[in-house]
Amino acid sequence: MATSSPTRPGRSLIALAVVVVLLFGIMALTKTWKPKLGLDLRGGTTITLTASTLDGSGKVTADQLNEAKNIIGQRVNGAGVAESDITTSGGTHINVAVPGATKESLVEQVGQTALLYFRIVYSADQVAPATPPSTTPKPSTTPKPSTTPKPSTTPKASTTPKPSATVKPGTPSATPKGRGWSSVLADATPTPSATPKPSAAPSSAPSTPAATPSTPATNGDPLKYTPDAATQAGFAAYKCGDKQSDSPSQPLFSCDRNKQYKYLLGPAIMAGTDLSDASAGIPQNGLQWQVNLKFTGAGGDKFLKATTAISQRGQGQNLFAIVLDGETISTPSVNNPIPGGQAEITGTFTESEARDLANVLKYGSLPVKFDISSVETVSPQLGGDQLSAGIWAGLIGLGLVVLFCFLYYRGLGLVVVLSLGAAGVLTGSLVILLGKAIGFTLTLAGIAGLIVAVGITADSFIIYFERLRDEVREGRSLRSSVETGWARAKHTIIAADSISLLAAIVLYVLAIGSVRGFAFTLGLTTLIDLVVVFLFTKPVVTLLARTDFFGHGHKLSGLDPEHLGVERLPGQTKPSARPARKPKTPTRKPVGGEI
Amino acid sequence: MSKLGQIGAKLHRGEVSYDFIGHRKFWFGLSIALVVISLGGLFARGLALGIEFRGGVEYEAKVKVTDATVQDFGDVVKATNAKGLGDPVVTTINNDKVRVQTKPLEQNDIGRVRDAIAKEAGVPSEQVTSQQIGASWGQQIADKAIVALIVFLVLVFAVIWLYFREAKASMAAIIALIHDVTITVGVYALIGFDVTPATVIGVLTILGYSLYDTVVVFDKVRENTRGITGSNRFTYSDATNLAVNQTVVRSINTTVTALLPVGAILVVGTVVLGTGPLKDLSLALFVGIAVGAYSSIFIAPSLLAVFKEREPGMQALSKRVASKKAQVAAAAAAPAAVATAGAASRTAVQDTPRKAERATGSAPTPSARPMKAAAAGRPQPTRKPRSKRGK
Repeated sequence: MATSSPTRPGRSLIALAVVVVLLFGIMALTKTWKPKLGLDLRGGTTITLTASTLDGSGKVTADQLNEAKNIIGQRVNGAGVAESDITTSGGTHINVAVPGATKESLVEQVGQTALLYFRIVYSADQVAPATPPSTTPKPSTTPKPSTTPKPSTTPKASTTPKPSATVKPGTPSATPKGRGWSSVLADATPTPSATPKPSAAPSSAPSTPAATPSTPATNGDPLKYTPDAATQAGFAAYKCGDKQSDSPSQPLFSCDRNKQYKYLLGPAIMAGTDLSDASAGIPQNGLQWQVNLKFTGAGGDKFLKATTAISQRGQGQNLFAIVLDGETISTPSVNNPIPGGQAEITGTFTESEARDLANVLKYGSLPVKFDISSVETVSPQLGGDQLSAGIWAGLIGLGLVVLFCFLYYRGLGLVVVLSLGAAGVLTGSLVILLGKAIGFTLTLAGIAGLIVAVGITADSFIIYFERLRDEVREGRSLRSSVETGWARAKHTIIAADSISLLAAIVLYVLAIGSVRGFAFTLGLTTLIDLVVVFLFTKPVVTLLARTDFFGHGHKLSGLDPEHLGVERLPGQTKPSARPARKPKTPTRKPVGGEI
Repeated sequence: MSKLGQIGAKLHRGEVSYDFIGHRKFWFGLSIALVVISLGGLFARGLALGIEFRGGVEYEAKVKVTDATVQDFGDVVKATNAKGLGDPVVTTINNDKVRVQTKPLEQNDIGRVRDAIAKEAGVPSEQVTSQQIGASWGQQIADKAIVALIVFLVLVFAVIWLYFREAKASMAAIIALIHDVTITVGVYALIGFDVTPATVIGVLTILGYSLYDTVVVFDKVRENTRGITGSNRFTYSDATNLAVNQTVVRSINTTVTALLPVGAILVVGTVVLGTGPLKDLSLALFVGIAVGAYSSIFIAPSLLAVFKEREPGMQALSKRVASKKAQVAAAAAAPAAVATAGAASRTAVQDTPRKAERATGSAPTPSARPMKAAAAGRPQPTRKPRSKRGK
């Protein structure tokens, strides 16, 4: 913070002017003349999610949160939403901002906890594309997080390749929409790792219940589960969209994304958290996209057990379902037990399909669940209302402060207007540029912060002006008062502004939601206030003190002696009027030695 | 306005002064009463928590409000038979908006209720603003706010301590701060304003603001009390009191300039928007800044003086000053004593110092103002040149 030298006030002003010109230059170069407005000012939906660990123990790590952010970002983008903005905040929050009108489904897609389980497929049935009841399109307990970017709102095709009616293992045929993960027994697919592959094979859809193993009860081992008659009957009656609770210890009726097939699935044999990583890629000498899985240590053991059991179930029955939030994403078949904690899912994947499946798996491997903390939908109209209200409030507030300063400080009020103007220009350009540079969005709370800051900025001037007047009252000439008053006011201003800044920083770092926008603008304007007072207000006062109008205490300058309650300004150039400095004080009691 | 200037000058010279410290018992009593009432209100009535803290869904739509509006909207919302709807609360805002609050709903019901409201209001669904809040969200905001508050208090304590080299200044400032926040929250409890996250922001912002004022006053106190123990003219309290008097114009002005924009937000937020974050934020700020100004004048400096007066050095100083006064009083028993010129205009006790003389040599020179006939024409005690004065 450079202090202006008393003799060269011009320097500071030039420095400030250079800064302003630079800022405007950058604005011109980047062609940004408008601040980035928050959704509460232009309409849109803001979703705040709070992440917590699945078992409720401990905090979500930064890595997990970022991972989750990326996945949610893909979901949102997948929902065909343009220019959505996804940020993390406060260590446990993910904020999704989607401008414009949004569909209710977006919230579902984004917000619900995704729980990934592997379950054995006991039977599968094609269903007539049921038109879900218009009132309840989806049960909320089985939300549909769309993991795959959809270029449009076209529904996704079945993840399980099904020949239209007749089932033939080994001939994958993608569903008409072509989005199916036609998983084939990738006999030609080379495996970079020596791990056997579970290859997603077309599942025959047995309309008859699968052969029941002899063990009727599971005894806590999901691999030993067999659907009983009641379950079978329930499955026959089950329609896609019926409410289901996705409990890992219970069997599940599930449908694929397209609601074309329904599956009777056993209890979860594995959870997403048994996975440590999933990625999509093309193997070294292969041509097909595939998904590579890595399991955790315990997960690898479980997977070996599971694949051993599943691969023995025979062709057409050797399927397990990858179920996300109760929805079957993929049903790969398993031909051999897979040890080693690594596996691949192969099929006729396109790149995006493979990536999506990998993401689903990766997301499932995040031991994180989300709660929808808040969803705020602001209509563009209300956004406009709020913006104009904010601007009006700002203008009125500014006008009142200026009026007050003119009334009280008269000529010095001019300095206030100019300083506020300078602060306004700096603030405005910085808000615009920060929007460009770091994506700072101006929200209603931010505008409120800016308006409140008008008062804080004016306070700095008042501290200085009052000091100045005190110095004059002490009997100093105006010229020297400008300097001595500044020397003292400077410290007070820095101390007081530091406190404001401290408050803003603490709020920004620790608070969540709209508090941060407010804290940011408050902190920004406090800094700007300091810059303006040092580089603008003080030099301007110095310059003005050299003028006749101020320097000689014109009646309207705010520094005239009468106005200050001083008989006459010392240093005035009317020789006759220069009072002798009588160090008399009316209220001084005689002090020691004078009695 | 020049009247104000005159008063400012008189305050500066100590001709006009109010004995803030001397009357501290009264102001402390008032503050304690206010804090007790606030806490009482808080425990008895509690805070009217906005929907953000209860969880639920809130819809707002523009509609021409009539007598039947509340009934109509209540009916259409109930007619949706949304699960867990409970009893929707319908309120009207400013005669041009209707607000419906429900308990937390399921995702697909949120859209249905919105559509029903849009239909009743005769606007497209996009025009209905909705807010869906999980029940824990408000709690999270509040928890974070409390953490922020505690961290802030600790930091401020450290910063003020460093700046003033005086832990007692930190103590006084923090106590005043807690007092401000308590009374602000109390006002909310007693009047029953809705508490929303924006309110929380407002209350947290008060922290910075209230301290801003306090720091300005303390700065002057420090200036007036520098090297005070080296003299025997007045006590720490006297010097503090003068500082408050000298900065009172500043405090009032900074408070006014702070309140003007906040007031503008409050009026616009209430009149134009009816409800919303602008109103909530500015209301908390308005109350808080006003209370903060009061505490920075009447509470914080007095606390500081009370703390400081306990120091042995200060007590010794007080003794010296008292004996000095006794001497002076004895001397002044002569009818010619003119020690109290301008007393007519004083509200304070007689011993208010005129100026804190500082031994650092940077003492402000006395006013160069020739004597007016304020002292009924009596000759005034003159001040010796510095070279002849004792240290």
